Amino acid sequence: MATIEVAGKTIEVDEEGYLTNLSDWDEEVAAELAKKEGIDMTENHWEVVNFLREYYEEYQVAPPIRVLTKAIAKKLGPEKGNSDYLYELFPYGPAKQACKIAGLPKPTGCV
Amino acid sequence: MATPTAVPTLDPTTIDQFTPDAMAGVRSFPAPPEIQGAIGFAPELSEGWEARAIARMGELLQENRALRVFLDACVHCGACTDKCHYYLGTKDPKNMPVARQELLRSVYRRYFTFAGKWFPKLVGARDLTRDVLDEWYSYFYQCSECRRCSLFCPYGIDTAEITMAAREILNHIGYGQKYTSEIIGKVHRIGNNLGLTAPALRNTLEGLEEELKEETGLDIRFPLDEAGAEVLLVTPSADFFAEPHIYSLIGYAKVFHAAGISWTLSTKASEAGNFGLFIGNHQQMRKIAHRIRDAALDLGVKRVVVGECGHAWRVAYSFWNTLIGVGSGADPDDRYGHLLQKQLDHRYKQPSHICEVTWDLLQRGAIQVDPEANDHLTVTYHDSCNVARGSRMGDTPDGAFEIPRAIIRKVANRFVEMDPATIRERTFCCGGGGGLLTDDLLDVRIKGAAPRMAALREVVETHKVNFMATICAICKAQFTKVLPAYGFKMGMVGGVHQLVSNAIRLGQNG
Repeated sequence: MATIEVAGKTIEVDEEGYLTNLSDWDEEVAAELAKKEGIDMTENHWEVVNFLREYYEEYQVAPPIRVLTKAIAKKLGPEKGNSDYLYELFPYGPAKQACKIAGLPKPTGCV
Repeated sequence: MATPTAVPTLDPTTIDQFTPDAMAGVRSFPAPPEIQGAIGFAPELSEGWEARAIARMGELLQENRALRVFLDACVHCGACTDKCHYYLGTKDPKNMPVARQELLRSVYRRYFTFAGKWFPKLVGARDLTRDVLDEWYSYFYQCSECRRCSLFCPYGIDTAEITMAAREILNHIGYGQKYTSEIIGKVHRIGNNLGLTAPALRNTLEGLEEELKEETGLDIRFPLDEAGAEVLLVTPSADFFAEPHIYSLIGYAKVFHAAGISWTLSTKASEAGNFGLFIGNHQQMRKIAHRIRDAALDLGVKRVVVGECGHAWRVAYSFWNTLIGVGSGADPDDRYGHLLQKQLDHRYKQPSHICEVTWDLLQRGAIQVDPEANDHLTVTYHDSCNVARGSRMGDTPDGAFEIPRAIIRKVANRFVEMDPATIRERTFCCGGGGGLLTDDLLDVRIKGAAPRMAALREVVETHKVNFMATICAICKAQFTKVLPAYGFKMGMVGGVHQLVSNAIRLGQNG
């Protein structure tokens, strides 16, 4: 099993770098996961990550992209409520890369 | 991220340029024991796997006489060699369909033919060793089961059946692929490949209703679990989750709204996809399909309609009749199959493809469209492999090619075909089908997309095509991911019903 080191703690991740135990997540872990993805976390990144976590807590799944863009539009303004903006923040794709940083399981299927 | 993929240059391909073992190291993540065990396979390889693999091969040869014919009939003529997108894109000779099949065929000869048992070296028969097994795992997950090579085979060998048999043996002995096995587990546990829970699904659909109300002022509905609806729509869960998929979902809803057809989605059957096909496992295929029958019976619908999903349509069109009794063909002792057959309205095709529904309504004038709404687009159409080579639509043999195109021509003014050698029954796979649509195979996916990308580039340059329509969730996700690698915008790909959605007249219809 692969692991990452954060602040002296050893944390399990799967082959693709997603957290094995969702409860291991905290902001330091997120920052480390982001670093591995080559992403510098800004406030805007955190907005997305925090929304993903809130949604997951309620629905036990990552939000559909449209739900995410609508939520971001509400928080950050309509010009940011689109997937182009999300791809700017998370170039590998908001669904997967942002989920990884938020400590959520990878969305699977035809996506 | 892994090493960046060397994106193919799209130069005309010649068959004599190849790189032995170029893709030998490529291996998608094997399924962990808990995922594998959860769907009834051996959790992992354990002592005695060789004998179990050969025994399973023997069973498959008994159950599926076509498989034995396919294994015996090949004369290595090579007609298939340069027909595979993965070979063309990777240049690894083991991705020539004949060579990929030989990985299994050589083992078959060793254990199941007279010459192979007694003179293995003479006939190129091989023992099943761990190296051979790893080679199977690597190369049988570099095949998307698209069956383009079969089209050119003078013996009509269905090469996908050989890939499916290899994957079934691998799964049986505990060497499954994480991507497909994890998804099959989710379908059984939650109802769809994505793992969208019922509350999440309901929330998404309500959100869409609100959005369309704001946009159009109309109550365009996305009903969920509504008993008594006329139509049960079964669509890939990506339609609820991803872009551009969701635009087609909106298109289906507008079609039903404009035509005044009552319809519903189902939480139980919130997935059209059936990955049981990809792994060649009939029990899984049947079990996954059963959810749809259960939902149709529970909801009392009169019609079952399938959304834009390539392999789902193959399973629905070609296998649902005997698997679950949609249409005709249920076993005499299959009580629920017969119940469903009685329940469904046979004035309509059962099942119907959403394109058949829309085309019928357009032809009858039951829905109206303004094609000018798509005047910003010059459209081409990518035939999805499982629709093109595994199914039909309408009443003519070429319906699966003509109906989607007829819809596009009706809803958009500018339509251009790609190179005839790359469309209709000769279409190239998107590069992500058959269980390969996973990040760990992105390198293969990018390379495998090369033939389609070359044909697309041609019409982009000569006709300024800026939209490639398709009717498969895998194609949509795959192109969204790989188009940028070839310098195209990811938004260039979308569904046929995305175009319908733009053009359809709502409200005071007709």
